[in-house]
Amino acid sequence: MPHHTFLKFIWPSALAMLIFIALPIVSISIQSFFIEHEKVLVVVENCTPFGCKKETRVDLEATKVLEEEKPLGRFNWFGTYTNRNHLAFSELNQAWKESQNYNDFLSEVFNLPFYKALSFTLAYTFIVTPLVIIIGFFIALAVNRLPSFFKGPTIFICLLPMIITPLIGSLVLFWMIDAEGIIGSLLQIIFNDPNLSLKASPTLTWVMLFVYGVWHHAPFAFVVFYAGLQTIPRDTLESAMIDGANRWEQTLYVIIPHLMPLAVFISLIQLMDNFRVFEPIVGFNAQASATSLSWLIYNDFRSGDGNMLFGSAAATSILTIIGISILMTPVIVRTWKANKPVIGV
Amino acid sequence: MFFKTILTAGAIGLLSTASYAGCGIDSGSVRIGGNDFPAYQAVAEAASQCSGGGVSVSVDLNKDHKDRQVASLTASPAEFTSSLANNSALSALMNDGLVRPLNNLIAKHASGLQDMQFVTVDGEVMAIAYMANAQHLFYRSDILDAAGVAPPKTYEEVLAAAKTIKDKGLMEYPIAGTYAGWNLGLEFINMYLGHGGEFFEDGSAKPAVNNSKGVATLNMMKSLTEYMNPDFLTYDSNAVQADWEAGKVALTNLWGSRAGPVTDGEGSTPEIESNTKFTSAPTVAGGSRPATTLWWDGFTVATNISDEDAEATFKAMMNGISTQMALANAEKANWLIKGAQPNPAGVGVLASAGGGALPYPMLPYFGAMHSAIGAEIVDFLQGNETAEKALEDVEAAYIAAATEKGFL
Repeated sequence: MPHHTFLKFIWPSALAMLIFIALPIVSISIQSFFIEHEKVLVVVENCTPFGCKKETRVDLEATKVLEEEKPLGRFNWFGTYTNRNHLAFSELNQAWKESQNYNDFLSEVFNLPFYKALSFTLAYTFIVTPLVIIIGFFIALAVNRLPSFFKGPTIFICLLPMIITPLIGSLVLFWMIDAEGIIGSLLQIIFNDPNLSLKASPTLTWVMLFVYGVWHHAPFAFVVFYAGLQTIPRDTLESAMIDGANRWEQTLYVIIPHLMPLAVFISLIQLMDNFRVFEPIVGFNAQASATSLSWLIYNDFRSGDGNMLFGSAAATSILTIIGISILMTPVIVRTWKANKPVIGV
Repeated sequence: MFFKTILTAGAIGLLSTASYAGCGIDSGSVRIGGNDFPAYQAVAEAASQCSGGGVSVSVDLNKDHKDRQVASLTASPAEFTSSLANNSALSALMNDGLVRPLNNLIAKHASGLQDMQFVTVDGEVMAIAYMANAQHLFYRSDILDAAGVAPPKTYEEVLAAAKTIKDKGLMEYPIAGTYAGWNLGLEFINMYLGHGGEFFEDGSAKPAVNNSKGVATLNMMKSLTEYMNPDFLTYDSNAVQADWEAGKVALTNLWGSRAGPVTDGEGSTPEIESNTKFTSAPTVAGGSRPATTLWWDGFTVATNISDEDAEATFKAMMNGISTQMALANAEKANWLIKGAQPNPAGVGVLASAGGGALPYPMLPYFGAMHSAIGAEIVDFLQGNETAEKALEDVEAAYIAAATEKGFL
């Protein structure tokens, strides 16, 4: 394609990417280096229906002068990144010095909000992604062998978890796994433990969120693999059969190599999606046992009656972007080396 | 036909008289925003009767109003001309100067307000309160009778009563509490104030919760959770109300604004409703002050609107909090409005206030403290760390947030 044709073709998307992706990232990275001005506080008498009391308030006039001078706030360098609610360098250092053994140190680390969220985010990403690929693959294989009369309805049912809005899907499951819900009480009967509660224990909450993640994302892998299965060359399969390959060997030596680029594509998309896990934590009201990086950002915007921590949220966003880039690097390098375009991107 | 026309004309005449004469507004745009529950609905409904002619009144109530209030009043012109607020919401609005002093409007247009309704900061009236709310004890008299215990007055008695109820097999989890997220922070604040604790070093924004009162507070909360449904960390007010109406709970410290809904003849059985009783929030650790916080709810007028709209808003809201409105909605809240009848479901709030419960602190940096508490004491309640460590974490998380907000 000549360069100018390519440019004509690409400029609308390039412009959209600049406005909707590049500029916001620049904006939040600038934001993340600033914190609010020091508030000028004064003590005044406040009266409410329950009596009068001397209390502190913000001196608006004085604070406004500061804000007009420097509207972005105080320049804080990497101060927000390194404070306790983010990378917490000084806390890590202290924990390292004070802890007796490795376990002590780890429990100190996972007590810090950022690392607590990171541990769940990574566990979720690395457990859900492979399971989604494997389960999606087997569903695709199974559906592909169905008589064509059943295929349509089966595909529709298999896609349902993906069609349902994540928040609604997680709320439905949340009530089903309640101690009085159908799954929750069934588990109590199976394990013969009337106090078993999936919502009470952090470990079970994690497992529940993983199960939800697989349930929600498997249809995506299924539908991609199913499309891929339709492109398997019949003659290769037939020659494998003539060579005496059984069904398992056909899958292993013909189907899987053929679908490999699709698996790479799915893992790319899933790594990105799962690293941003958010809705199920809200839907399951699970913030006590499991938080993710996206949830931390959301929490910064909700804390203290609308008093939003913009700098803190921006710093977490930048750290999330860095995290996703690190995760994706091996997959992208692999694709690059294979020198094969990834289908669908 | 003639008769009908006269009737219609008469009706229109009546309606328009009501809408103009009742509020006395000629023109302006009134936009009311607030949290969504029956008492607020009643106020907004009464205020919107001023609509008509050159006056438009719109109402937008949402249960997540506290998350949008700052943004919507920062806009110019503000999205809402009046934001319905409470103790903690007013601090957030005032931190950014988003609500205007009402002294002039009061002098011009207000009559029949009681002095206690004025929420004044440094001599300027920033909000006009119309109702009081507090968490207080709900108990099931039939279950307590069956267990042979008197209604508890202290948290130690609450624990003893719960033990008896459980031991006698009357209920599996006799206590419920609002222990999820923001609510959990408030439960700590209530209990800590009941212990006589202070949140900050005197006259500064430096935290001071890591002390023996803080530890005692956490230990009491943990003891209570032993009698709660194991999912307690996912319970908000709605979940507690649902369990209460299902008859699964005998003791809870719940909002006064839920007292009406659990006795309204809907969502529960007559047996449970008739045995649902309210009293003051319990005291704790030998203290004399009920372990709860008092909340007022009132209206504010936004800064970023024209003076004309501000005047129209003030008049419409005065109509919203009229004595007639309070009389017509007596069961929905503890109205602070002059001439209002006492609310039969409001005894708990009154008893808690009478017992000397403190108002929720109106400090500009208290929101950061509240969030830090809600997030950091979870590990202790799950048994993963000691009370001292949890309080240390609360202080550290607060310091990080307050530094970013410029308070430290």
